[in-house]
Amino acid sequence: MTTRLFGEAVQRREDPRLLTGQGRYLDDLGAGALAAAFVRSPHAHAAVRDVDVSDALDVDGLVAIYTWEDLPERLAQPLPLLIPHPALTHGRTARPLARDRVRHVGEPVVMVVARDRYLAEDACALIRVDYEPLPAVVGAEEAVRGERLVHDDVPGNVGAHLVQSVPSAGGRGAAEEIAAAPHRLEFRLDIERSASMPLEGRGVYARWDADDASLRVYSSTQTSTSVRMALAAKLGLPLPKVEVIAPDVGGGFGVKIMHPWPEEVLVPWAAMLLGHEVKWTEDRREHFTASAHERAQVHSVRVGFDDDGRVLGLDVTILHDHGAYTPYGIIVPIITSTQLPGPYRLGAYRVEFSSVYTNTVQVTPYRGAGRPQAVFCMERTMDRIAAHLGLDRTAVRAANLIQPDEFPYDQGLTFQDGRPLIYDSGDYPESLRLLKELIGWDSFAAEQERAAAGGRRLGIGIGCYVEGTGVGPYEGGHVQITSDGRVHVSTGLTSQGQGHETAFAQIAATELGVPLERVSVVTGDTRRFGYAVGTFASRAAVMSGNAIALACRKVREKALRIAADALEADPGDLEITDGLVHVAGVPGASVPLATVAVLANPLRYAFDDEAARATQFAGASPPDRPPVAEGEEPGLEGRGYYSPIRSTFASGMHAAIVETDPLTAEIRILRYAVVHDCGNLVNPMIVEGQIHGGVAQGVGGALYERMVYDEHGQLLNASFMDFLMPYATEVPHVETAHLQTPSPLNPLGIKGAGEAGVIPVSAVIASAVEDAEGIPITKMPISPSELFDLRRAAGDPRAS
Amino acid sequence: MKPPPFGYHAPRTLGEALDVLAGTGEHGKVLAGGQSLIPLMNMRLAAPAHLVDINRLGGLAAVETGPDGVRVGALARHAQVERSAGAAAVQPLLRQALRLVAHPVIRNRGTAVGSLVHADPAAELPAVLALLGGSVRLARRGGTRDVAAGEFFTGPLESALRPGELAVSAFFPALPARSGTAFREVSRRHGDYALAGVAALVRLDGDLRVAEARAACVSAGPVPVVVDVTAACGAAPAGAADWEAAARAVRERIEPEDDIHATAHYRRHLTGVLAAQALREAARAAVEDAAGNAGNAGNAGNAGNTAGRAMGHGAGDAAENTAGRAMGRGAGDVVGRDGGTAGQEGAHG
Ligand SMILES: Cc1cc2nc3c(=O)[nH]c(=O)nc-3n(C[C@H](O)[C@H](O)[C@H](O)COP(=O)(O)OP(=O)(O)OC[C@H]3O[C@@H](n4cnc5c(N)ncnc54)[C@H](O)[C@@H]3O)c2cc1C
Repeated sequence: MTTRLFGEAVQRREDPRLLTGQGRYLDDLGAGALAAAFVRSPHAHAAVRDVDVSDALDVDGLVAIYTWEDLPERLAQPLPLLIPHPALTHGRTARPLARDRVRHVGEPVVMVVARDRYLAEDACALIRVDYEPLPAVVGAEEAVRGERLVHDDVPGNVGAHLVQSVPSAGGRGAAEEIAAAPHRLEFRLDIERSASMPLEGRGVYARWDADDASLRVYSSTQTSTSVRMALAAKLGLPLPKVEVIAPDVGGGFGVKIMHPWPEEVLVPWAAMLLGHEVKWTEDRREHFTASAHERAQVHSVRVGFDDDGRVLGLDVTILHDHGAYTPYGIIVPIITSTQLPGPYRLGAYRVEFSSVYTNTVQVTPYRGAGRPQAVFCMERTMDRIAAHLGLDRTAVRAANLIQPDEFPYDQGLTFQDGRPLIYDSGDYPESLRLLKELIGWDSFAAEQERAAAGGRRLGIGIGCYVEGTGVGPYEGGHVQITSDGRVHVSTGLTSQGQGHETAFAQIAATELGVPLERVSVVTGDTRRFGYAVGTFASRAAVMSGNAIALACRKVREKALRIAADALEADPGDLEITDGLVHVAGVPGASVPLATVAVLANPLRYAFDDEAARATQFAGASPPDRPPVAEGEEPGLEGRGYYSPIRSTFASGMHAAIVETDPLTAEIRILRYAVVHDCGNLVNPMIVEGQIHGGVAQGVGGALYERMVYDEHGQLLNASFMDFLMPYATEVPHVETAHLQTPSPLNPLGIKGAGEAGVIPVSAVIASAVEDAEGIPITKMPISPSELFDLRRAAGDPRAS
Repeated sequence: MKPPPFGYHAPRTLGEALDVLAGTGEHGKVLAGGQSLIPLMNMRLAAPAHLVDINRLGGLAAVETGPDGVRVGALARHAQVERSAGAAAVQPLLRQALRLVAHPVIRNRGTAVGSLVHADPAAELPAVLALLGGSVRLARRGGTRDVAAGEFFTGPLESALRPGELAVSAFFPALPARSGTAFREVSRRHGDYALAGVAALVRLDGDLRVAEARAACVSAGPVPVVVDVTAACGAAPAGAADWEAAARAVRERIEPEDDIHATAHYRRHLTGVLAAQALREAARAAVEDAAGNAGNAGNAGNAGNTAGRAMGHGAGDAAENTAGRAMGRGAGDVVGRDGGTAGQEGAHG
């Protein structure tokens, strides 16, 4: 019997729980907790002159009202800037409660605690905040004019400015190469704002145990370990007295890696002050105006290329709208800048970005994190070149692809982790070949012509990307085999529904040679594992997966050693199958792992049958040695950390066929094909699920979602009524093909897969719509109304 | 997103409901399916002091079909009306429109009458009522009145309903002989309120020429906009009518607005496109209807079981009930009837 589960399409073990209402999400906990609610700014920019709470004091069930003035020193400060960067010369973060200024609609000003959420909101409605409205800065282009300031001490609203350049092989810069190139193009590309929009918003539930002087906090977060450290620091508690648990998390997509959120420190603080559990569950309106957005960027592209479409020089200037604050640093524009070259060998490359403040919700990474913008830029550029030269779009790409024998390939840039951006492995030409075959690229022109003869407009589009995944610095895993033969795996990294309980169990079961059912996995619980970074950047499988594998290898080695003693065999002759350690090729000579676990602990009280049975194997411990030898530990457990030298680079290529209605300008995706390479697959079904979900979000970004701010900084579509996330009815069937180019960087040879699906979708759809319409598509998302406008501008007689 | 405090009343009889409504006056709001009202309250955009929940008034759930039309009770859910074969047989436009209203779960709770009273100019049913010249029956303590569609919709989210009144039913006139209907719309996502939508009705004369053609447009102005395009499309045979001219006439009449999903210009264009499509489809249905009526009367029973448009217009049915239908049709025919009797209330309570 084989116990090799790695690579198999094992059903997700968490699904029966999550899909039948048995999940325990944040708001399912703490039925007895008091409820917090917040008075939030209705203005995009205003001075806060006074807060009058007198009317609210009569609300029955009111427990407490807190303003900035009530906060202790540590909490009154602006919240931490998590990821500083030398280029972020003017980083700014908000205070948990506004002191004298609010800089976006939704910024918290007052916290109310009451018996339940209804009463808390009633009290909020009665609190009068005296605001002096100030002119709002909306949109990056208004911001960069610097006529009005979001932060008085940030001139020109520019928080960060960074230039990176990579010279060509001939040593020339991008400007020079472009000037010397046989062909040149220059254009502008825009992407609008969207947001992570997990179906479960943020939430915090805190319990202060006065007897034990300890704090337990549940947070719907992508990083419980860091929230814990932030809380200890902000609340002045010893770290061992704080535990943070991420319960079932109903999606995160990036927004929950930001921490600590104002509510995440205020709610535990209130629980300590009040000596009572307090809970806050974010509602949808709060999620729209008080969490984070992403994507909005303006790109000015200049490119020079030869007759085959080979890029000789590329120069991109990016204007990044960062919203009101920069708590997560400038990760997003850095990723756009560095992932823009994609699978291509560019001549010279220069990229510059300015990150500007506006009176809108702050920007932190959303699945893809700057890559959808990067790929939109690069792939629109490839299409432009093809159109200019009259070449097939895939031919231009093929001419630029990095070849399989060029790995490791150094792009000459510094990646988000501060390390050199070196692609570890990949096979891009094969990926392109597979994609063309899957979508039927070469036969499409005929299909398109036939459709046109029948009055239908079809178009095909393509988009390619390379994604740095599995960023460090580290992740850890702990594995313990108990005397009942169960395998307990934990990692500090959290889960937000990706299937970690299954994938990590597959890895452990394969490494240890035990049946999957014996393995249980706990994630994101600081009681079980204290050191972790978090789940984001397509890093969980790479980082925790490898760490767990390393921990398992330690346990396995110890198990073999102990079993070898018991079986009087050489450890090298032993293997583990189905939970039994046995001498390879000698039937009968075996000892169960459960017994080995008993033997691993010299304190052998016979609490269970297994322990009693184990005594038959236990030789007398030599009287001249301590029962636990030096360098040994009791028990059958191990801990492993995986810390990569640098990121590993996954890649993929997508293609779509769309139909545009010649009269109504509706855009329909007829087919969507994905070729995806994330190295060795732990579980192909989970990877495909990740791709499907990613494509669905990508379709949202391409055709439906935008944050519509008016000139006063009011978000006009802050609900699911008007912020159009695609339904199942809008998401096409996704056809996938996998390529497996193992990563040479980690023991399991895997690369990340979490963000892949979303990254190229806007580029692909733009490419396809352009092909159907023959009109350049330079802005995404695109709605029927906008396509109609483009047709009118292009003189289409049917769009009048 | 929690509503402010409100009083809650759950009357068990129509009389009790009307008493509560009379007592609460402008501070009272009827709660039917709650699919529009509850979100407004949760967003604190509506803050009625009293909710009068009519969900226990089972007598209001009836969908009554007769030769002259369909009377839909205040508690009849969208889904119930959508699935009613009888209603579809008498007036196929109801089912055609209801399939475009939101999603099944919302149609399972939301009521047709609630949708009319809510009077959203983007909603389908107000356009249907306006196109067909239907009416809404309003009851208050001591009286009932019928208000014609033309007077019922007074503005965006505004109707002729007065404080203290309960809409007990709505009446959708039957499809005239040799007629067909269609509903076409474009929404951003499946089930969303439409960016533009057109309900069309075409009636043919004995020579199968267009005798009457009308279109009602959603999201095209503050209230549903009904455009009579009979003249524009010419009294031509159904197959040769100038539906593009009709579309132009529609475009000229409507007053769509810009919003975050579409420009007014696009909406105007789109409404024209949809008007031409809906009118053409309605004309086709009318031709089939006429052919069905002229042809095999024995098929009348089967026709009612067929999903889709133009069901159940057996020859005998049409011939016998022409007079009845004529009475229920046309906005001008149904005038306000103030001072209805307790007997009328009893019939629907
Ligand atoms: C996600 C979503 C999508 C939707 N999409 C569409 C769509 O595409 N097209 C569409 O037409 N609708 C749509 N709707 C609205 C839906 O059709 C509602 O059911 C309808 O608008 C109101 O019906 P209701 O019974 O739920 O009314 P309620 O929400 O209970 O009431 C609505 C209003 O009407 C009043 N009212 C209701 N019944 C009576 C009565 N008998 N007498 C007096 N006053 C009354 C109430 O006081 C309230 O002011 C959508 C709703 C949702 C939540």
